[in-house]
Amino acid sequence: MTERAWRNWYLVPYGIWLVLFVIAPIVFLLYESFLDIDGHWTVANYEKVLTPIYLKMMAYSFWYAFLITLVSLLIGYPTAYWLTKTRHKQLWLLLLILPMWVNLLLKVYAFLGLFGTYGLANALLQTLGVGPRQLLFTDFSFVFVSVYIFIPFMVLPIFNALEELPPSLIDAARDLGASAWTTFRRVVFPLTLGGVKAGCQAVFIPALSLFMITRLVAGNRVITLGTAIEQHFLVTQDWGMGATIAVVLMAAMAVIVVLTGTGRKEGSR
Amino acid sequence: MKRTHWWGRVYLLIVFAVMYTPIVYLMYYSFNSGGAMHDFQSFTLEWYRDVLSDDRLLMIVLNTLVIALLSAAIATILGVIGALAIYYVKRQRTKNALLALNNVLIVSPDVIIGASFLLLFTVAGIKLGFTSVLLSHIAFSVPIVVLMVLPKLEEMSPTLIDAARDLGAGPWQVLSSVVLPFLAPSIWAGFFMALTYSLDDFAVTFFVTGNGFSTLSVEIYSRARQGISLSINALSTLLFLFTMLLVIGYYVLSQKGGRMYGIGGRK
Repeated sequence: MTERAWRNWYLVPYGIWLVLFVIAPIVFLLYESFLDIDGHWTVANYEKVLTPIYLKMMAYSFWYAFLITLVSLLIGYPTAYWLTKTRHKQLWLLLLILPMWVNLLLKVYAFLGLFGTYGLANALLQTLGVGPRQLLFTDFSFVFVSVYIFIPFMVLPIFNALEELPPSLIDAARDLGASAWTTFRRVVFPLTLGGVKAGCQAVFIPALSLFMITRLVAGNRVITLGTAIEQHFLVTQDWGMGATIAVVLMAAMAVIVVLTGTGRKEGSR
Repeated sequence: MKRTHWWGRVYLLIVFAVMYTPIVYLMYYSFNSGGAMHDFQSFTLEWYRDVLSDDRLLMIVLNTLVIALLSAAIATILGVIGALAIYYVKRQRTKNALLALNNVLIVSPDVIIGASFLLLFTVAGIKLGFTSVLLSHIAFSVPIVVLMVLPKLEEMSPTLIDAARDLGAGPWQVLSSVVLPFLAPSIWAGFFMALTYSLDDFAVTFFVTGNGFSTLSVEIYSRARQGISLSINALSTLLFLFTMLLVIGYYVLSQKGGRMYGIGGRK
């Protein structure tokens, strides 16, 4: 076999994978979205998506995803910033990432105990004198648990961006008389914007589509796009409608990726 | 560089405390004889005995491990082939298109991957169960392996291959004695990544698992939906220790490979 033929052979198994598991599923999803529950051609699913019930659900879903991303950023940026200043930063970073390897469901499950009526959170509230509160199955617990799950995805790209920042730039800003805050606002933050974008993307997209957190700690109070897709595919068996919502979600994702510019790969390294 | 301010340290301390509280909390109550995740009564190993004597659960653990190892191994082979395929493509536009397609499954939310795979298996007439779960896990692990191996390939000096060829090596020999050994650290890193992705996956498996077959994540989900049971706590402690072993293995390997490869993890 010639060298060239050999090289082309690599494309065969990989190409088969691409066609079967990347292209075909998307095509099937698009196709299914035009079928009603009995398998007839229809655009009714798309009409239904535009009714107030679904529009409201989508608005909620986006609102919560936005909230989760914002809180993650507000907590994550300072974390990344101060992490880069610790002495054994790689070790600290590893410690921060370690919980990512714990099965997501177990972490969510832990909050069932923590936020329970007699859990640690309520015990803390009691000593503060705020008394036991209903924490589980509220919007608060949904946002808190989601931020808890996603924060490493926010910290990581920001940490990397901060690490790549040449320290001489900060020295220069300080030499030119900028205060610490001005240096941060005019030099550090703008130059790490790439990391911030990558982090926001890494949080926002999954936050739109998670369904297990809502099912377990938000008690069906919060319905996200993900929950709706799961519901239609696995509970009501209306695959057409589920596929339609999935298509809408994919379109929304594409818009977000284009708007934020960078690909995920830049930040995930 | 300036040292951390004290409030910076306090802040980090709080963040770390919050990050670890749930995990420690879970483990702590796995030894509670009281049967709930509050009011620690007395130390017991009852829940661990429960887990270890639960045949169905052990079967599920075995399933999960078999799926993880098999899918990671196959995905690694496919991923290395994929990386080589992309590497050898000369035209930049084709290359970018392949890379973009490769990344589709990485950026897509799990629910969409799960739903579309469910459709795929239904159309293809594949019965939901072991096969469908295995195929899905292979499918979503391939792009990660590609992304880990490709940068290393790009780093490889072309003179290395030229030298091997000048010395009379055929294409197979170039691959097996020069390219693959050079890639070995990144291939291992890719394998470990695929392994953790598979072990960690819930959403995709949940869609394609059908009735008779279950993996740990799916089992934990269905148990957690019924409320708190301390056997889950015991199970999670065991899993945590196992994961730590994996992470340490991965860390050692990636240190050998020179740098830490993309630490992903799923939503």
